[in-house]
Amino acid sequence: VHMLEALLSGLYGLTAGFQHLAADWRSVVMLFVGGLLLYLGIKKDCEPLLLVPIGFGCILVNLPLADLMGAEGFLRTIYEAGIATELFPLLIFIGIGAMTDFGPLLANPSTFLLGAAGQFGIFITVILALFLGFSQLDAVAIGVIGACDGPTAIYVSSKFAPHLLPAVSVAAYSYMALVPIIQPPIMRFMTTSREKQIAMKFTAKPVSATTKMLFPLVITILGGLIAPQGLPLLGTIMLGNLMKESGVVARLTKASENEIANVVTLLLGISIGGTMSAAAFIRTETLIILALGFLAICLDTVCGVGFGKLLSLLSGGKVNPLIGAAGISAFPMAARVVQREGNRYNKKSYLLMHAMGANAGGQVGSVIAAAVMLSVLAGMGIIG
Amino acid sequence: MGVEVAAPMPGVVIQIAVSEGESVQEDDTLIVLEAMKMEVPIVAPAAGTVKEIRIKEQDKVGTNQVLLLIA
Repeated sequence: VHMLEALLSGLYGLTAGFQHLAADWRSVVMLFVGGLLLYLGIKKDCEPLLLVPIGFGCILVNLPLADLMGAEGFLRTIYEAGIATELFPLLIFIGIGAMTDFGPLLANPSTFLLGAAGQFGIFITVILALFLGFSQLDAVAIGVIGACDGPTAIYVSSKFAPHLLPAVSVAAYSYMALVPIIQPPIMRFMTTSREKQIAMKFTAKPVSATTKMLFPLVITILGGLIAPQGLPLLGTIMLGNLMKESGVVARLTKASENEIANVVTLLLGISIGGTMSAAAFIRTETLIILALGFLAICLDTVCGVGFGKLLSLLSGGKVNPLIGAAGISAFPMAARVVQREGNRYNKKSYLLMHAMGANAGGQVGSVIAAAVMLSVLAGMGIIG
Repeated sequence: MGVEVAAPMPGVVIQIAVSEGESVQEDDTLIVLEAMKMEVPIVAPAAGTVKEIRIKEQDKVGTNQVLLLIA
């Protein structure tokens, strides 16, 4: 009889997890959220490299009793090592720099302005978030979703508003994947049919190897002096780019854009997923952040296309304002969207390279925007 | 003299949709380039006959490189 009782209570122990789960509906909801992210990544091909580890991390952390984000949990260990230290986004940035060709931007420096205009949504959203009662640091972390750049958003929010990290990073990555859906309606609405059809001249001006090598150096030094708070972001992306353009460290360049970026993406994804515990994620704040982030990206597009219209006017109609939409940093999705839209209205219109210039400008622009915000906050004495 | 059709961007020729001697209408797809992992159809700037094709599939082309002639 004793044997039977011991066996029964042993078997009963196996049901403890189910009982905990049944008692906590929020964890059940989060399991579905994790499942949804997996579905988007696997079935819908939305940023699978990120959403698969994030979704799975989310499921892991919401299974009761295992406590993988607890003091001894392995997700906590990865998180503390790479996200709390801001190391993961910076390592990813070296890879992004190694993959980015600033050639189209340097061939057409005016597109850099579009990359700057594409960041205005960030600032408008910060103001809006302040207005809605978020603290200054929280507002900056929310606005930076408008950078449309995962690592930048993670870097800024993990440093200054870690409690918002799960919502901010999920918003940044999902909206990045949704750029081809979010942008076209705004682009169509904002441009006249004559503007949509403008075919731009091909840019053939070759950029010298020296210019391409000087660019990352000059930007690093100038950016570092103006906005020292953002130097980790700017410096890592430019290090990667200098390695690529110098051509003398092919092994390091390859490792940065492949092995390192891949390993870090996995660790980053799973630990971001690990931050998505029910208590941290199921709050009204999350919904507001998702909405504000969406707005930030829409506003970026509006400002980018609006500035494109201005450039079009100033150039006497040589610039197609649609390329302004590529001023956000979702690289190279936004540039592809521009090529597709331009081609829809004029088959002889090839905007890809012009859009790539604006897009590379947006990549740097979003980092500079984040850096400027951080340095302004430092100047105001809000952060150390 | 014919019209030169040049590559608007660097890329790889993944498809040649016409053959020499074929007549084409304006906006017909002549060649498909792959650039930045995106397929870009290069169309006829005007109606005419394909005179000479200067590239083959899988060729890498640079901006402004002449791809074919239409007369």
